[in-house]
Amino acid sequence: MSQQLLGSVTESQLRSDVPDVEPGDTVRVHTKVVEGSRERIQVFEGVVLARRGSGTGETFTVRRIASHAIGVERTFPLHSPRIDRVEIVRRAKVRRAKLYYLRNLRGKAARLKERR
Amino acid sequence: MVEGIIGRKVGMTRVFDDQGRALPVTVIQAGPCVVTFVKTRERDGYEGVQLGFEESRKLKRPERGHLKGLPQLRHLREVKAPSIEGVERGQTVDASIFKPGDKVDVIGTSKGRGFAGVVKRHGFGGGPKTHGQSDRWRAPGSIGSGTDPGKIWKGQRMAGQMGNERVTVKGLEVVRVDPERSLLLVRGAVPGAAGGLLVVEKSDRAGR
Repeated sequence: MSQQLLGSVTESQLRSDVPDVEPGDTVRVHTKVVEGSRERIQVFEGVVLARRGSGTGETFTVRRIASHAIGVERTFPLHSPRIDRVEIVRRAKVRRAKLYYLRNLRGKAARLKERR
Repeated sequence: MVEGIIGRKVGMTRVFDDQGRALPVTVIQAGPCVVTFVKTRERDGYEGVQLGFEESRKLKRPERGHLKGLPQLRHLREVKAPSIEGVERGQTVDASIFKPGDKVDVIGTSKGRGFAGVVKRHGFGGGPKTHGQSDRWRAPGSIGSGTDPGKIWKGQRMAGQMGNERVTVKGLEVVRVDPERSLLLVRGAVPGAAGGLLVVEKSDRAGR
């Protein structure tokens, strides 16, 4: 009963246009960034490692290999109004829901097989 | 003017504010309450307002008498009321006495932790786990000096009952009010388990 009530409170906050990001997808996340008084769009591209949570608390984690082969991860709330859109660049065939093992791999070994 | 209400903790979730930030909020089923008694200076020596919340069919006769002509309300609490002008017995108080941005104090009963040791209750470090020690992991250590003063000081922190006591959290921000469903969304955590009885009052504090 109380769980239903909790869900109904946050229902209006859920976005209807959530992209179906799955682990293994290579995505470009367009986020709105406020700089002083201006707002602009920033893009973060990488592989989706995981999706967790439910309701307004649902998030997904994106791992990007930045310069000097440094891995950078960002976790986005799936329903955040700050996310402009999520572009899916590539989908890969993966056999688990959490791809945390990619953190220990680099270069060629960290490739994923494309799904078609 | 009544500036408080009785309610129940529903649970916690997160909502996004207008800037897109995710806020941790507690959902409170606040009221509707009925004014069951108005205390006046002449009769009681001070002014006060008593509210009732939630109907019950199991009230004892003295309580039924007190609530004559009103719904049979289970929980009665005196709440904050800066003045009793215009407040009448039988009047309804709902969540609309608050608006988003208000600062409130929330009073509840904390989760009971039973007879808790000194590590859980006061955050002591406990003893060493290795180097030949035994049975000392969660011990309090020394609790005082020797022959002088020859006693343990009053107030020495020791093991004992933890939780299940009245706790007030001050200066929480009201994020959203839904008078239709009697819901109040308050930023941050509130004492007690989900389903616990709470009193929400306007805060004197500017907030944190």
